[in-house]
Amino acid sequence: MTDLADLTLSEATSGLQGGEMTAVELLEAVHRRATMTEAQLHAYLNIDRPGAARAAVAADSALGKGAAVSKLTGIPVALKDNLVTRGLETTCSSKILAGYLPPYDATVVGRLREAGSVIVGKTNLDEFAMGSSTENSAYGTSRNPWNPERVPGGSSGGSAAAVAVGSALAALGSDTGGSIRQPASLCGIVGMKPTYGLVSRYGLIAFASSLDQIGPLTRTVTDSVTVLEALAGYDPADSTSHPGAVPDFRAGLERGVAGLRIGVVSELSGEGIDPQVQAAVARMVTSLEGEGAKVTEVSLPSFEYALSAYYLIAPAECSANLARFDGVRYGLRRDGDTVEEMMANTRAEGFGPEVTRRILLGTYALSAGYYDAFYGQAQRVRTLILNDFDSAYGQVDVLVSPTSPTTAFEVGARATDPLAMYMSDVCTIPSNLSGHPGISVPVGLDDAGLPIGFQVMAPALGEEVLFQVAAEVERIAGFSERPALANSRADI
Amino acid sequence: MKFEPVIGIETHVELTTASKMFCGCPVEFGAPPNTNVCPVCLGLPGALPVVNHTAVEYAMKIGLGLQCEIAPHSVFSRKNYFYPDMPKNYQISQYDLPLCIDGYIDIETDEGSARVGITRVHMEEDTGKSTHLGAGGRIGAGSQTLLDFNRAGVPLMEIVSEPDLRSAVQARAYAEEVRGVVKRLGVSDVKLEEGSMRFDANISLRPEGASTFGTKVEVKNMNSLRSVQRALEYEIKRQAAVLEAGEEVVQETRHWNEEDGTTAAMRSKEEAFDYRYFPEPDLVPIAVDEAWRSEVASGLPELPAQARERYRAQGLEPTTAGLLSREVDLGRVFEDAVGAGADARTVANWLTGEVTAWLRKESLLLPDSHLDGAALAELEAMVGAGDLSATAAKDVLGGVLSGEGRPAEVAESRDLIQVSDSASLEPAVDAVLAANSDAFEKLKSGDHKVMGFLIGQVMRSTGGKADPAAVTRIINERAG
Ligand SMILES: [Zn+2]
Repeated sequence: MTDLADLTLSEATSGLQGGEMTAVELLEAVHRRATMTEAQLHAYLNIDRPGAARAAVAADSALGKGAAVSKLTGIPVALKDNLVTRGLETTCSSKILAGYLPPYDATVVGRLREAGSVIVGKTNLDEFAMGSSTENSAYGTSRNPWNPERVPGGSSGGSAAAVAVGSALAALGSDTGGSIRQPASLCGIVGMKPTYGLVSRYGLIAFASSLDQIGPLTRTVTDSVTVLEALAGYDPADSTSHPGAVPDFRAGLERGVAGLRIGVVSELSGEGIDPQVQAAVARMVTSLEGEGAKVTEVSLPSFEYALSAYYLIAPAECSANLARFDGVRYGLRRDGDTVEEMMANTRAEGFGPEVTRRILLGTYALSAGYYDAFYGQAQRVRTLILNDFDSAYGQVDVLVSPTSPTTAFEVGARATDPLAMYMSDVCTIPSNLSGHPGISVPVGLDDAGLPIGFQVMAPALGEEVLFQVAAEVERIAGFSERPALANSRADI
Repeated sequence: MKFEPVIGIETHVELTTASKMFCGCPVEFGAPPNTNVCPVCLGLPGALPVVNHTAVEYAMKIGLGLQCEIAPHSVFSRKNYFYPDMPKNYQISQYDLPLCIDGYIDIETDEGSARVGITRVHMEEDTGKSTHLGAGGRIGAGSQTLLDFNRAGVPLMEIVSEPDLRSAVQARAYAEEVRGVVKRLGVSDVKLEEGSMRFDANISLRPEGASTFGTKVEVKNMNSLRSVQRALEYEIKRQAAVLEAGEEVVQETRHWNEEDGTTAAMRSKEEAFDYRYFPEPDLVPIAVDEAWRSEVASGLPELPAQARERYRAQGLEPTTAGLLSREVDLGRVFEDAVGAGADARTVANWLTGEVTAWLRKESLLLPDSHLDGAALAELEAMVGAGDLSATAAKDVLGGVLSGEGRPAEVAESRDLIQVSDSASLEPAVDAVLAANSDAFEKLKSGDHKVMGFLIGQVMRSTGGKADPAAVTRIINERAG
């Protein structure tokens, strides 16, 4: 029989609503999977067994009564540990927040709870979401379930690993420069970043406020839709929240791509892209064309500057966002002879090297006399990128590219080379700068047996066509392989 | 050498909105520490600000009251610096795109009238409060610092004037006028002593006739209108002495000390601060369309300048009219009294004289007293009818203010009704003339210097109730 931990979210929803299993049984299966895999993976920082058990019992009660339930009722979901959870430790994988118990739930956490989902626990990330491998966590590196010698990507590496291995059926991540899509790609699952403002950021511990967006990591495109349906929608607590109607994410799932115009981004192919990744993307593009899509190559010249602009804007915003971690009101405190010294000691000890590097970069970029040359210039590049996207979307309905230039790299391979690490996000960063949605769908494995992700990008609030194309990519790829670790069954 | 002072003033105004600038916590004074707080105003991880719509409208009112343009598009920025009573270690403020720009107010002093430009009015959030226990009361020096975040996030407006002021007297008049405008708008309780309105001044001196500015000094901690004037008078003298000695004024922030009447350089904690302003990414720009602007503008009350014009037209002196126009409670009672038929100048003088002095002595506000326009009008009518002397009227006023009753009741119970009919006064006058025949003889022989003495004797014998005019008339009749 199937281990319940291997079900997709939709399969589990049918099973729960059809009375074939209970939420408690499903949670137990997920817990068993976690028990078997965590020692190697370290996807979680904190598994909340009592909280999840209560939620599962409540879900079973709702399901049993035939009360109004949602597709997420009883579904075990993991949360990236930069989403605040009332009374449940939230650290951002930083020493500076060790032991911090938030007094409130993030809006998305509240929406998941209302939908009846079961919060399994908090997943590992690069400290304050700054990184692309989860190696920057103060609490140890997460590993890739396809090969534990490899990184799971980042910064939502813990969430991606958990969903890939089955220690959660879905997870939330945050994506500032690719932090959902890149780990999803490296772990062989679906990772989606919505349009900026579609999902409330209230309760997401900010890295770079104008770029951060919360989104789902799931095994399938349909599951991605299901989770996003629960998350999306106006939140008065987030002033940047989109006040208008939410797109119909599901409408295009069965529609296919016949007649759609698909643009291949020329700046994101060829040089710098691993040949096997490049080949897999090209094969998929050919297949899409075979399904009736009109494929053209599209150039977005400003993409050349995207990485540089990103590494000015994101650090600038983070230098202010992280100023509040000073030891005065919560988290770590290291005393000093003066208040200033106490703050300095606390921050020196509390922040890891990558976070410190970005705070320094950002502080410098905002300094008097440098602002215009750095931050101002980066904002102008951002406008250029938006203009390039706009003119591209005048010609095509969606843009496609690899999600990550390479498949999962070895733990430690880029840890001492920040620039090499920064290149991991070269394909994903433009959508953050423009605020547009993007999704990564697994399309195959490379020779080393590591997953390859295919990225689809769409204009603002273009989630309907984004999911339409993603669903077709998923169908064509027929990707059904499971990571080796997921097959380590309890009875073996 | 003669120097000309160049002064600009920054005014901070705490708004009396029901809730804070970026969260729903109540704005109230005197609540127990850290009770009016939430994740947003405590800067907890993940919390986000949301602009208080009413605070924006209040700010627009201030801008319109100061004849500013309302920017159709204005932006919040982050002002970055570390300070323990500032929860996020940045203050959400407005920087290059403030809500209100380019206004002015007119002031009048004994030195004449002047128009003072308003550079900008912008919105920001207040900080919390630190209490330092232990040595020196300075941050870092004590063993403990207590933090209260009730004030953190209270809406704060900053009104920046052009450097158009040329004397300490003008600076005070400016401060009074701004306070009057804000008070009339009803958007702040403008209590200087509680810090809900605070003035900082930038002041430099230059040789008279020069067109460039000298080195400016910022003066802080002026906690009353009077101290604005005193501090700047002191600073003008100090800088003049520095310049006359051939030295240079140091650009610095100086603290006004009310007790010894001097300014002193503050510990230079703010030396060359780089606030690294950048647009606040958690907020969207504020868009004010013409419909919104005109809706707010149409709801504006009468401003001090307009009230002052009306009062001048009623025959009031400029200073009296100015005071009544700025102190809206006094103005309202004045208008009620005049509406009830009282003489404008008489009641205006009472309000700006005895009434204001009494309120100050009792530390009360006019609405806390028992005086209203009808009572003032009644009092003035009694004086006009000769029932009360001017002196007795002031006495009665005190009784009315402290709640002893209507003017007639107070005059009655204090036995102050003036006697002016001849039939009642003649016996008293005759008795005095008989008892002071020497003086009466002198009067009759043309020595009018004794008249005052004789009137005084009648006043004494009647317990002060005699009408001096009537007494004079009777004595003159007797003297033939
Ligand atoms: Zn609050």
